[in-house]
Amino acid sequence: MSVDVNVMVGGEAGQGVQALGHMLAKALARSGFHIFADQDYESRVRGGHNFFRVRAAGVKVGAVSEDVDVLVALNRETIDLHGRKVSGGGVVLYDSDATGDTGDVGNSLGLPLKKLADRTPLKKLAANTVALGAVARLLNCDPGIAEKVVGDQFGEGEVGEGNVAAFRAGHEYVASHFPAGVQPDLRARGNGDRMLLTGNEAMALGALAAGCRFVAAYPMTPATSIMEYMASRAEDLGVVVVQPEDEIAAINMVVGAAYAGARAMTATSGGGFCLMVEGLGLAGITETPIVVVDAQRASPAIGLPTRTEQSDLEFVLHASHGEFPRAVLAPASIEDCFWAMVTAFNLADRYQLPVIVLTDQHLASSYGTADRFDLSQVTVDRGLLLSEAEAARSGDYRRHRITESGISPRALPLGGSALVVTDADEHDEEGHMIEDAETRTAMMLKRLRKLEGLRKETSDVMIHGPVEADVTLLGWGSTYGALREAVDTALQQALEVNLVHLNELWPFPVQAVTRALENARETYTVENNATGQLARLLQCEVGQRVTGSILKFDGRPFSPAYILDRLPGREV
Amino acid sequence: MVSLKDYEGTVEPAWCQGCGNFGILTALKRALVDLDIAPHQVLMVSGIGQAGKLPHYTRCHVLNELHGRAVPAAIGAKIANSDLVVIAVGGEGDGYGEGGNHFLHAVRRNHDMTYLVHNNQVYALTKGQTSPTSDLGFVTKTTPQGAPRPLNPLAVAIAAGGTFVARGFAGDIDHLSGVIKEAVQHRGFSLVDILQPCVSFNHRNTFAWYRERVYRLESDGHDPDDRAAAFGKAQEWGERIPIGVVYREERATFEDHLPALKRGLLVRASMDPGLVGPLLDEFV
Repeated sequence: MSVDVNVMVGGEAGQGVQALGHMLAKALARSGFHIFADQDYESRVRGGHNFFRVRAAGVKVGAVSEDVDVLVALNRETIDLHGRKVSGGGVVLYDSDATGDTGDVGNSLGLPLKKLADRTPLKKLAANTVALGAVARLLNCDPGIAEKVVGDQFGEGEVGEGNVAAFRAGHEYVASHFPAGVQPDLRARGNGDRMLLTGNEAMALGALAAGCRFVAAYPMTPATSIMEYMASRAEDLGVVVVQPEDEIAAINMVVGAAYAGARAMTATSGGGFCLMVEGLGLAGITETPIVVVDAQRASPAIGLPTRTEQSDLEFVLHASHGEFPRAVLAPASIEDCFWAMVTAFNLADRYQLPVIVLTDQHLASSYGTADRFDLSQVTVDRGLLLSEAEAARSGDYRRHRITESGISPRALPLGGSALVVTDADEHDEEGHMIEDAETRTAMMLKRLRKLEGLRKETSDVMIHGPVEADVTLLGWGSTYGALREAVDTALQQALEVNLVHLNELWPFPVQAVTRALENARETYTVENNATGQLARLLQCEVGQRVTGSILKFDGRPFSPAYILDRLPGREV
Repeated sequence: MVSLKDYEGTVEPAWCQGCGNFGILTALKRALVDLDIAPHQVLMVSGIGQAGKLPHYTRCHVLNELHGRAVPAAIGAKIANSDLVVIAVGGEGDGYGEGGNHFLHAVRRNHDMTYLVHNNQVYALTKGQTSPTSDLGFVTKTTPQGAPRPLNPLAVAIAAGGTFVARGFAGDIDHLSGVIKEAVQHRGFSLVDILQPCVSFNHRNTFAWYRERVYRLESDGHDPDDRAAAFGKAQEWGERIPIGVVYREERATFEDHLPALKRGLLVRASMDPGLVGPLLDEFV
């Protein structure tokens, strides 16, 4: 059995749970383990209860586990809420200054966090780094690697040195009070050169690699870190990031920038996307290539702002009034977030339409390890874009020229004699507004014809497990990691299960799904929503009614165990 | 040399005979010709309403936007291609009502663009409803008891940190053309609120009504650099209505603060995926 260790760090907002968890994940990633880590936090700045789970494994993992091998409790509440999840051989490392007695939960190790921190230069400010040192020692993580992570995080100078001292204080305390640590130990092995990043960071990197040079976005959890990351690198990469007055401005700025020729995007969550939908239709009728990220959260309205859900599927497929072509991608993993953005920008340019990339809080803010993205595989395909010389020669340029493919050669308003005219009103080939029935019909057909080409671009599904099985699970987007692992575990338990997963949702891959379900016996969609939106889409697009759906809409992500427990014949 | 012929459009205007919009179109074309700006250097972004149709009736790059959204789209286009002379155009319902939030913040951030607001104090394309600037008590189909207090766009723009706040009159084309010229030349957000009589739905604020009241600020000794005096002039409405540049200030634009634009046009920026290489290393 290969290594699979789960560490949970819990405490209040403001105690440094995220920083501690991230540094631990980074140290374990550099030690050669595959990591999946998720964050559970409340919609508040201080107080409440937050936790950060780090799973370190010898093989690639894409989901969290419900089990806890090491619980790091920065407060009493963490023990009350999660103590019972600690496995038989597990350990609770708790702040004995803050919690008092832990009760009877696994092996407990009290750490006088406040006292230890007070003996270091930064005092209580570095308490979470003391805890990091303690847990690193407990896991037998190579101290050199972990200390370097602390150094990288805090830099040189007083803050860096203070944190390294704090790390050592925690490390030494555990070395003298619990020298054996836990098993299996997490000494460095294997490839420590993988990246550790969140879905949002992967999306931002994908967008930048794809040549996105304009971002306008309004902060909204869980999408905000996309614009924040891009803003932090704006100067190095020559990117403009604008935070406008609202989401309506954001999408219209993006349309303006894209019309002028920049690759442009916005990122929001469902509520912000609600405000953007008129702009989405504008991109549709003006045939402007834009990319919109919807990082879903538990909804409707404000819902659970910091929690996950997959409930915007039908919304994004139909968002905005009227009919126009669009593409919808739903990355299935952190790596996929990177590549989905590259695909999104290329599809947007090649078909001159809006592309929506659908993620959710779980994928957006979870960390995972990934092999360094191979940038030589990134292509920037701008489609039928006239060069400036070609555009300069096009005296009678018509932006919306009717073509067989529906795609009109695109000039940019960059000088030369080609005047680029487009309109939110129905328009003629030149882009001027019209009223007549004939032109209207021709323009609608021209735009919708783009779907014929686009259909070939989103024609694949991901299949995992045997070709034929008693039970076929169907999922989309962020649940892939949990579903894949559930299938693997089921197969080990001699259950015949396979998975058909979609990371390209629109145009719906009708043929691939039809083929994949040809010999399926029982079919279940697994969805982080309450009504089974994929199940309805399947019925609509391939005319197949699923046997049932495994649904979860409590704002929390699926774990493999949760899915396994609900497989037919095993319902709890 | 650019001539008026270069700006001759091919689409026949759908405006009513005698509409104030014709005067605005003429003044705009003259301003651009006087500044020797060619059609392919100009992007007009318009909203929805009779005013929003204006760019179709001349020759230039055109992005005819949604109702109320011309300003943010103009901002995006200007950032992407700062060589373009970007002019947004729309009615007062479009700009001060539907797009009010965008107006406020575009003024505040001082984006380098010109915004022409055809202000006829009535919703005309939808055939006669009240607008954000309808005079107090103005009776329309949706305000049979009379309109509430109007918005004062000039005072709002000055208060929001506007750097070029002006008013023109569609019935004084020479003067309006001069104001538009100054607006286009100004670095920063230039607001030109244009008194535009609506011959079909506003029988109160007519050409004759305005002619009796408007006077040119520059002939009145007004100092547009004086913010307090500008506020005073912005309040003036009724017996005497000032036209001309009410307030002007030199201040860095939003675009001046964008390091990416110091390298040149954003649309010409390198899109080499390899640029991301050093960023990937930070995640290892």
